[in-house]
Amino acid sequence: MAALDSAGKLALELEMPARRRRRLGIVFWLASSWIALVVALAIFADLLPLADPFAQALLARRAPPSAAHLLGTDALGRDILARVIFGARASLEIGLLAPLAATLVGTLLGMLSGYFRGRFETFAIGTTDVLLAFPPLVLALAIVAYLGQSVTNVILVLAILTVPAVTRVARAATLAIREREFVTAARALGAGHLRILRREILPNIMLPLGAYFLVLVAVTVVVEGILSFLGLGVPPPQPSWGGMIAEGRDSLDIAPHIAFIPAVAMFLTVLAFNLVGDSLRAITDPRRGAS
Amino acid sequence: MLGLIGRRLAYLVPVILAVTALTFLIANLLPGDLAIVMLGDQATPENVAALHKQLGLDLPLWQQYLHWLWGVLHGDFGTSHRTGQTVLNAIAGRLPVTLELLIMAELGGILIGVPLAILCAVRPGSAFDRTVAGIAFGSLSVPPFMLAILLIFVFALRLHLLPATAYVPLSDSLLGNLRSMALPGATLALLEWPTIMRVLRSDMISTLQEDYIAMARAKGLSPRRILLVHALKPSSLTLVTVIGLNIGRLIGGAVITESIFALPGVGRLLLESIYLRDFIILQGGVLLVAIGFVLVNFLVDMLYAVLDPRIRHGRA
Repeated sequence: MAALDSAGKLALELEMPARRRRRLGIVFWLASSWIALVVALAIFADLLPLADPFAQALLARRAPPSAAHLLGTDALGRDILARVIFGARASLEIGLLAPLAATLVGTLLGMLSGYFRGRFETFAIGTTDVLLAFPPLVLALAIVAYLGQSVTNVILVLAILTVPAVTRVARAATLAIREREFVTAARALGAGHLRILRREILPNIMLPLGAYFLVLVAVTVVVEGILSFLGLGVPPPQPSWGGMIAEGRDSLDIAPHIAFIPAVAMFLTVLAFNLVGDSLRAITDPRRGAS
Repeated sequence: MLGLIGRRLAYLVPVILAVTALTFLIANLLPGDLAIVMLGDQATPENVAALHKQLGLDLPLWQQYLHWLWGVLHGDFGTSHRTGQTVLNAIAGRLPVTLELLIMAELGGILIGVPLAILCAVRPGSAFDRTVAGIAFGSLSVPPFMLAILLIFVFALRLHLLPATAYVPLSDSLLGNLRSMALPGATLALLEWPTIMRVLRSDMISTLQEDYIAMARAKGLSPRRILLVHALKPSSLTLVTVIGLNIGRLIGGAVITESIFALPGVGRLLLESIYLRDFIILQGGVLLVAIGFVLVNFLVDMLYAVLDPRIRHGRA
């Protein structure tokens, strides 16, 4: 891409995202509200007047939505609404905690390797290269298979798998900032490494990393869904969206709502996190097409 | 160019070695005793100890690793204790199905993504462009298993057009094979096109601003010729990159689609070995898939360097 004559082009290219960003206004708030709603339902699930998500009613199996069961019942006669809401708990617990842990570790590693460079950087980036050399889902499946399936193990595995990506993003952001004037100025004023990292670098990489975190949440919810769908994630009978979709698959022909209701809940949640993350990224990163 | 290949190749060796080490550690450091799994009900302390000795599990970990690595270097990835089949044979038998699936996914993704990208790039910001952008963004949020189930529901259960889980080998019938691969291929292709479309679109928008395009227009070349020859050709680089970047996700997608559509591919082999606790196959399979993945990424890197002498890294 020719850099010299790009000013005019840039204006042209920026026209699109700018228009889109303004349009995203309503969408952004809708997405945020959906996330808030799902989070609130998941937190207060115990206090809500819901049916017992484990109670089986063998006479009311695969019932369509009705007044007694607002979203119907599954193949064992369990209330789908209650299971979707309790399933949100598992999805959000894994979907938020794994990226959170990965972001903490990855930011630290990325900042240190981008700031100090040298051997530490070589080692850290080499390690991320090895982890990135595995197709992520295959590695996740293998580790869960050996570790045994539990919510804690899934969080652990997905966090480890996410660290390399965060490390790279944090390192790239740090590299861009460490040569800036205000860092040189801070150093000239006699600030130590710790102070520069904490007061000059961290605040400047926090916003892009925050936006990236939200996208990671979306990705992690999907991967958790895949693991649970394959029977290697949240152990049944504990409800999870992926597990519910897998169970619903068997009655797809006679009662498609059993699979599709958790699927819609999952899709909307993933979409909402992607939308919010994308709008935040567009705000924090003015470059066109930056990812 | 040669220097670049040399440097990348030199880097490949430690990465692959580290991949073998990590694969070995996952399989051997994590809890679970192969001997107990193999013996099942027969597991008495004496039997377990004897089998440990036979399998070399009583040796220190680094000796076990070197022993295993020595075998791997000689093409011995181990033998399944369940079926007696070697890992290489098991994978080789399953590989064609997975390759066919991946190629179908990639072709389908290109077939949908490239025309849409061109149409969007011609009029960026138009209603059509925005609609496609929205659909692409939404598609990126659809988990693969969800799409697979939706396609089964519509095309197999409601319309009865295509089979959902009746795999037909290519050697039996070409048409039957394509029919049985249609839904799994479509699942992955529908997840593949948005990334292709998005990257190619922004690449073409910037290409269309170049001076030589204005020149071509001034010469009076037809818009179609300009789009397809002058603008799309340089963007083929971008396509190579996107495809390379997507492969890791696509392999994951293959595991899921093979499982849902009951295709006898490598992904399903790995899943079966997990469910049946066949750790030798799992370990060898994960290693082979990872090495294949590393090599494909290497090839994509090299292809990229060959196609563009400037090696515009960090752009896509």
